[in-house]
Amino acid sequence: MSDAAMTVEEREANLKGIGCSRKRTEDARFIQGKGNYVDDLKLPGMLFGDFVRSPYGHARIKSIDASAALALPGVKAVLTAADLKPLNLHYMPTLAGDVQAVLAEDKVLFQNQEVAFVIAEDRYIAADAAELVEVDYEALPVLVDPFRSMDPDAPVLREDLAGKTEGAHGARRHHNHIFTWDVGDKEATDQAFAQAEVTIKELITYPRVHPAPMETCACVASMDKIRGELTVYGTFQAPHVVRTVASLLSTIPEHKIHVIAPDIGGGFGNKVGVYPGYVCSIVASIVLGVPVKWVEDRMENLSATAFARDYHMTAELAATRDGRITAIRAHVLADHGAFDACADPSKWPAGFFNICTGSYDVPTAYVAVDGVYTNKAPGGVAYRCSFRVTEAAYMIERAVDILAKKLAMDPVELRLKNFIQPHQFPYQSALGWEYDSGDYPTAMKKAMEATSYAALRAEQQERRAAFARGETRELMGIGVAFFTEIVGAGPTRNCDILGVGMFDSCEIRIHPTGAAIARLGTKSQGQAHETTYAQILATEIGIPADDIMIEEGNTDTAPYGLGTYGSRSTPVAGAAAARVGRKIRDKARKIAAHLLEVGEDDLEFEVDRFKVKGLPERQKNMKEIAWAAYNNVPEGLELGLEAVDYYDPPNMTYPFGAYICVVDIDADTGVTKVRRFYALDDCGTRINPMVIEGQVHGGLTEAFAIAMGQEIRYDEGGNVMGASFMDYFVPTAVETPVWETDHTVTPSPHHPIGAKGVGESPNVGGVPAFSNAVNDAFAHLDITHIQMPHDHWRTWKVCEKLGLVG
Amino acid sequence: MIPGAFDYDAPTTLDEAVALLAELGEEARPLAGGHSLIPMMKLRLAPLEHLVDLRRIDSLKGIRAEGGALVIGAMTTQAELLASDLITGHCPIIQETAALIADPQVRSLGTLGGNVANGDPANDMPALMQCLDAGYVLAGPGGSREVKARDFYESAFFTKRADGEILTAVRVPIPPAGHGYAYEKLKRKIGDYATAAAAVVVTLAGGSCKTAAIALTNLGETPLYAAEASAALVGTPLDKAAVERAVALAEGITAPASDGRGPADYRTKMAGVMLRRALQRALARAAG
Repeated sequence: MSDAAMTVEEREANLKGIGCSRKRTEDARFIQGKGNYVDDLKLPGMLFGDFVRSPYGHARIKSIDASAALALPGVKAVLTAADLKPLNLHYMPTLAGDVQAVLAEDKVLFQNQEVAFVIAEDRYIAADAAELVEVDYEALPVLVDPFRSMDPDAPVLREDLAGKTEGAHGARRHHNHIFTWDVGDKEATDQAFAQAEVTIKELITYPRVHPAPMETCACVASMDKIRGELTVYGTFQAPHVVRTVASLLSTIPEHKIHVIAPDIGGGFGNKVGVYPGYVCSIVASIVLGVPVKWVEDRMENLSATAFARDYHMTAELAATRDGRITAIRAHVLADHGAFDACADPSKWPAGFFNICTGSYDVPTAYVAVDGVYTNKAPGGVAYRCSFRVTEAAYMIERAVDILAKKLAMDPVELRLKNFIQPHQFPYQSALGWEYDSGDYPTAMKKAMEATSYAALRAEQQERRAAFARGETRELMGIGVAFFTEIVGAGPTRNCDILGVGMFDSCEIRIHPTGAAIARLGTKSQGQAHETTYAQILATEIGIPADDIMIEEGNTDTAPYGLGTYGSRSTPVAGAAAARVGRKIRDKARKIAAHLLEVGEDDLEFEVDRFKVKGLPERQKNMKEIAWAAYNNVPEGLELGLEAVDYYDPPNMTYPFGAYICVVDIDADTGVTKVRRFYALDDCGTRINPMVIEGQVHGGLTEAFAIAMGQEIRYDEGGNVMGASFMDYFVPTAVETPVWETDHTVTPSPHHPIGAKGVGESPNVGGVPAFSNAVNDAFAHLDITHIQMPHDHWRTWKVCEKLGLVG
Repeated sequence: MIPGAFDYDAPTTLDEAVALLAELGEEARPLAGGHSLIPMMKLRLAPLEHLVDLRRIDSLKGIRAEGGALVIGAMTTQAELLASDLITGHCPIIQETAALIADPQVRSLGTLGGNVANGDPANDMPALMQCLDAGYVLAGPGGSREVKARDFYESAFFTKRADGEILTAVRVPIPPAGHGYAYEKLKRKIGDYATAAAAVVVTLAGGSCKTAAIALTNLGETPLYAAEASAALVGTPLDKAAVERAVALAEGITAPASDGRGPADYRTKMAGVMLRRALQRALARAAG
């Protein structure tokens, strides 16, 4: 159809801009098996690295003998801490202000810790050689229980920190203490509790879990000694930061380091940090002068690269008898494993845990978090959530249900009674956040109507009676969760990674034909950035999304950015994209005015063109303007049509949602069937409803996995249990419930297009919804809280304890 | 997750395979579908120097009825069991069980022979074969012999199969027409081994139990044929009292490991629950 014959609506549809369920452009290559992942890379002369790992949770290394490994044909080198120490690379800095052993020097501190790195001609020889490296260990007492970590006689884990009484976040009061971080008004909170009519207190544990992306962590390091340039391909959620860190560690100038993140098969926080495999591959390539590839296997991924959660939260609520929450007090024991490699903004050792006042108007609150060392793998990443937000949401949403039980109130009624009201936004929370926008009562009521909540409660009453009469062996539970997320880190005044502010960026170049390439500082791991960023740009500029190619991940070509995690891509880089589009449009207006020989103020923008006010037949579309940008611009204006924007967000964004889950529990086996799951998400302006729905489905599936089965467990000897997909619960399509999605739209007032981010909401809200549903099935009985995961046997044990087992 | 180096042969006749295994000794293992052996090799738990792949031996495939029994070639896949009209007609519990093994991809490669010969008590077919009183045909350098499934298993991964022997076929006596049957399996997810599972075959005469066979999966070092529990049902109307007696006897022979599927006491109780449910369904299916 010719341009002139198209209606405004047709032209708008042609853009496939904001609000369009445009199909994911990246899927064409993924579904045909034509993605380009790190392990697809084959460079000439490339060698393979593999780790020798500790079988012990805590042991002294008495000797390492690599002679048999080195004698195996095809083995090129074996690196140990002794080789890295002269380079000062046997330890590396973590994002949390600690250091982490790259290769263990004197001691190993967790099972599967990296001890030596074998480099060989292929991965089979490397694996054989790793078995031939003989390490003599002397076993030491193992500390796995975080509640024992600060006992006076607890074993000393970090001998490298001996005498260090000051950590990155204040004083250390014990050899296994990392930090204490507290926030809020302790005195006022204590007073509110002293005067409270009703209080509850419960230890709510969020177990150690793992993000378990389908693609494990991997890299290829390639040092060109002649040019003095290092290229690192890797599974990096934040490639630009990796380059900066690599430069600081290696002393290679940053412009001579090329970090490239190709297609990534899921990250979920697991691919934010820097791992020993990256450092060892880089060192090996520098030493050997050829490319070195390292790809971890599934068991290595689950047992050695970053875990998530492991928060032991003692939650207290104070309330009036009629259900007004008057104060929140919480203490968290945070198990960080052997090194504090938490991936949080530098000034936030417990992430944004202080969002734990949730969606409620709570006058005062106080939170203290103690981080401790144990003989477990390091990590503490945000597994599909913003930093420690899912822990916070889980705590408050469980605690509210526990309070509802104590008050004999319906959990929804209690929530409605305590919600921050729409007129209170922007809302200052007791723990220091400014919530940007929200309409919680509307969302909650919409969820209740959609699920016929009152009828569900009536059915539950009938079923409980039927169970008591012996007519059914099933217990029905209704789980409600109302979460508020805090995403889009973040304002550089208080958010940085190793000193680099957490801005993000977008550059665009529109070519003479009107086709464009845009590059951003984030990095998709499956979030459909190539699809959705193009939609923002299409709407802002007026050229079709199909004509805009999006690139990310190559630090040589993309503008500097802080990467993709914490649902920050849309709130931060998406804002940069919108602003870059506006810069283009501003220049286009100048060119259009010049071409139409009118003043800029005489023009109005309509979808994809400028029109002269009052003379609509006089117009120039963006395609014509793009052509003119390269040959006919007004005097004094430079040629070309390019723009760049670095966006420092003024505030976080606060997506929210109302989730309702219905379960039926078989009291004889503990098997929980999810009968229904309804998820209402408000992520502000919706860029691509189909992509949002996909994000919600994926996040809910992970939430289901976490709540119902995921756990990285250690036995008393420090052995990591079940670190394979045989035991670690990743649901298949058969186990996954059917999801019902819904939405309200409350735009963010400070974001250029009002978008808030959505990728992580379903994980944050889903976990408490499932857990509340299981707990609710027993709410009429003598039990207040059941710890996750709600797998078959644990749920059966509850039934057994309550005398429900036949 | 990378196995050590090994040699590989794929003979086309059973004689060749038997000769190869005899020659190579205990460092060699026959390879069927590979779904147990290859993961163990990748974990370097089974350091083997030589694999003798049985896939090209045509005589190990196929299902036929012969002398009141179904003779199932060892290399018959689970998918082939599911597609067989002979099995549907004569012994559908085999299909009910096969359908609960892993997922379609695994069932397309995994074989009956491999499933029963490997000696893994977590596999589903060994207990079923005990329930059906099947025999395993073993071919070795000295000829062929048959060992009953109920006698075959010694401890986890140890069986009466000698090094150098190949399990060539499984002989399943065809249960009487009108038999009741059920295989009940509790698992955490698709692809998982059983938390507990029970196989049941019963026949009725005049409203009371004429014969009963019960076997349990993944509840001890070997598959468990519950002889006393089975015997306790015979002559009863399979009423609640009889079922509870059998359940108590069956639970009594379990010795499950505590693992990610649950602690031992839970798994024992689940053995009882699976048995109750299997008996209930078997009774509903039984004629007479």
